[in-house]
Amino acid sequence: MKKTSKPTIVLYLHMHQPWRVRPYSLFEVGRDHNYYGPDNEQVFRKVADKSYRPMLKLLGQLLERYPDFAFSLSITGTFIEHAELWGKDVIEKLKQLVKSGRVEIVAETYYHSLAFFYDSEEFERQVRLHQAKIKDLFGVEMKAFRNTELAYNDALAEKVAAMGFKTVIAEGWDNILGWRGPGYVYNAKASKPLRLLLKNYRLSDDIAFRFSDRKWSEHPLSATKYFDWAKEATAGAPLLNLFMDFETFGEHQWADTGIFEFFEKFVEMWSKKGDFQTISEAAGAHEPKDTISMPETVTWADTERDLTAWIGNAMQRESLQQLYSLLPAILKCNDEKLLDDFRNLTTSDHSYYMCTKYWNDGDVHAYFSAYESPYDAFLYVSNAIRDIEYRSKA
Amino acid sequence: MRRGKLRILMLGWELPPHNSGGLGVACFHMARAIAQKGGEIAFVLPYSAGHDCDFMNILAATNLDPLERFGGSAYDHLDLDAPTFQAPDGGFSIRDVQAKYAEFVVKHLEQSDYDVVHAHDWLTLEAGMAAKLEFGIPLVAHIHATEFDRSGGERGNPIIHEIEREGLIMADKIIAVSEYTKKLIAERYEIPLDKIDVAHNGFDPDDWGQYDYDPSRLAYIEQKKQEGFKVVSTISRLTIQKGLVHLLRSFALALKYNPKMLLVIAGDGDQRDELLELSAELGVMQKVLFTGFIRGQEIRDVYASADIFVMSSRSEPFGLTAFEAAHHGSAVVLTRQSGVAEVLLNVLKYDFWDEHRLADIMVNIAQSPGLAEDLKENIRREYTKLPWSKVAEAILGSYQSAVRGMATVQAARRAVGSRVGARRAA
Repeated sequence: MKKTSKPTIVLYLHMHQPWRVRPYSLFEVGRDHNYYGPDNEQVFRKVADKSYRPMLKLLGQLLERYPDFAFSLSITGTFIEHAELWGKDVIEKLKQLVKSGRVEIVAETYYHSLAFFYDSEEFERQVRLHQAKIKDLFGVEMKAFRNTELAYNDALAEKVAAMGFKTVIAEGWDNILGWRGPGYVYNAKASKPLRLLLKNYRLSDDIAFRFSDRKWSEHPLSATKYFDWAKEATAGAPLLNLFMDFETFGEHQWADTGIFEFFEKFVEMWSKKGDFQTISEAAGAHEPKDTISMPETVTWADTERDLTAWIGNAMQRESLQQLYSLLPAILKCNDEKLLDDFRNLTTSDHSYYMCTKYWNDGDVHAYFSAYESPYDAFLYVSNAIRDIEYRSKA
Repeated sequence: MRRGKLRILMLGWELPPHNSGGLGVACFHMARAIAQKGGEIAFVLPYSAGHDCDFMNILAATNLDPLERFGGSAYDHLDLDAPTFQAPDGGFSIRDVQAKYAEFVVKHLEQSDYDVVHAHDWLTLEAGMAAKLEFGIPLVAHIHATEFDRSGGERGNPIIHEIEREGLIMADKIIAVSEYTKKLIAERYEIPLDKIDVAHNGFDPDDWGQYDYDPSRLAYIEQKKQEGFKVVSTISRLTIQKGLVHLLRSFALALKYNPKMLLVIAGDGDQRDELLELSAELGVMQKVLFTGFIRGQEIRDVYASADIFVMSSRSEPFGLTAFEAAHHGSAVVLTRQSGVAEVLLNVLKYDFWDEHRLADIMVNIAQSPGLAEDLKENIRREYTKLPWSKVAEAILGSYQSAVRGMATVQAARRAVGSRVGARRAA
């Protein structure tokens, strides 16, 4: 494992696509078991062109150009399914990057679900499915874990430590950290050894959310300016953990904002001054500073850093409870397709589309969804759940 | 324009309690809000009756009894020449009443001057046009519904269309109650978009005052609710515009998925018998309750007992009932062909013809406490955002631009010897 005394950036990018449910009507329940519409392909093809392909290409070039450049990825099972259908080249490119030995893949639930909070056994099954899929495609055993939306608490740490993971990542939220900074390796509170890396949300979000925000006082963000901030952040601490969605590059921040050039330039500047490590490398290379306990769930979402965007309203809670209550019956059916459809509905995006907390403020643009309203999202998913129930009894 | 209070001659057809629908309600609240902002209003009605309101001067254009007592309302005029309104000195048709109304307005203007004439719907547009032609007073036409809406997208009455077209052309400014109506006016009557302002109707929860729902008043419905039934309600004139045939068919579809639902159809109108027959034909009569015409507390009881309120209109310029239902705690379902759908987000919407989607929505709300709760709770934050005081501000703005526009045009007209406004009091 690479040891380094230089300030180190741990870059982690998350790749995911859900199986969006089409406007699935009550009158199709029991008749048509295909819940997914053509928008899945449309979205994947669009984002692949805008983000996956150009960013992977750039990452490949940077790996070639800078021998110390390294980063981590998480790739959901549902993402891989999309890519296998509509972007085989994306998978090939990922394989090529992983072969460099400087790209770590991080484990998670295959279906990008919140199963941990509903059914611990199903959670473990979904993680095992992900491990198998990644092993099959990339030939690697994953040592680090990230939960959906970085939803983390001590119970999760206990669980994933027991499952054999060595490192877990979470949000570096001030309320939890107190005086401790996100630039160190910590021990998670678990009976087995488990190291914890925490996201530097300020510097991560400068890129992920604020980069092209003209109202931001630091806009436009140059690589030089960001380089200075990164130096400052690592003046006292060894690590700068930048965790964000892969789609930050090209989709959330379009190419014309200069995001790709910014990233390329920053990596060039940093490689002269500091180092890069993958999550597991960083966790192994530094002594833990302290043990951190998070009894309550913390996520990387919203200003509240909680799960309210997924389970904040009655619709969301009801549909998740309804869905998971069907699992015992489904497991008895020995019907792979049914189980897969069930699991596709556990994908957290469906709950997110039902979120009303921005909708209420009339800020329709903050409602990031393919549906006319959160209520419509609930309607279609509820009908799909009805069909799942129907099939589990058929 | 004279300095001081703006003098408004408002031409309406009904005011509560003598109203047969939303037009009277909207006129009342709008006039009060305009008066509170300093407008001096004289409000002309086609009938003679006491009205409890001190913020404006009410003028009776005839000595007829309130028209709704004859079953002839602001909305029902299938036969314009039938002697619908009975008076001691004979029967009058709606055209007769309109003629008397316009005559009264002209006589009134021989003695009084106003800065603007504000006419509501086709019923008073001719009087408004007379005011403009003879006295040169700027005309603001407020469109709550067009004949296209009332006829449910069918052709409607050509005479009414002609009056609407004429009035819309002659108006110095048009106020539409929604973007939906603005678009309809522009497209169907070929009026330039920039002549049409939009002022959504408002809603002030305080106007509804104290009310306690007493379940014993609707004992049968409440008993059914105890048995687990969910109540779908609509309050509406029973007429083609309201899309009730689709609602009824949709309800029958929904019952196949969830038999524990009741449909309450409150109101009366020319389609009642057709709807009764249809509910029998569909085999759902047991679960459909026709209340007949209701008002006052009965309306509130129906709202309060409803789990789901459906506004099923084929074409609804606004749709105040959606606000009222929200205020009484229902989950609200609207057709996309409505103005109120532009201002409410926490509702479910469907196209009026889409019986399957409506059934889907009704079953989902009936079976999901979570969906019902979120719809009911979240709409509470929404429907209070459009008080009539805001609407009044928008309307005052429209008056100003009508007055300015008229002044410019008049100057040009005088140059070519036009006699428009020749009789205006000095």
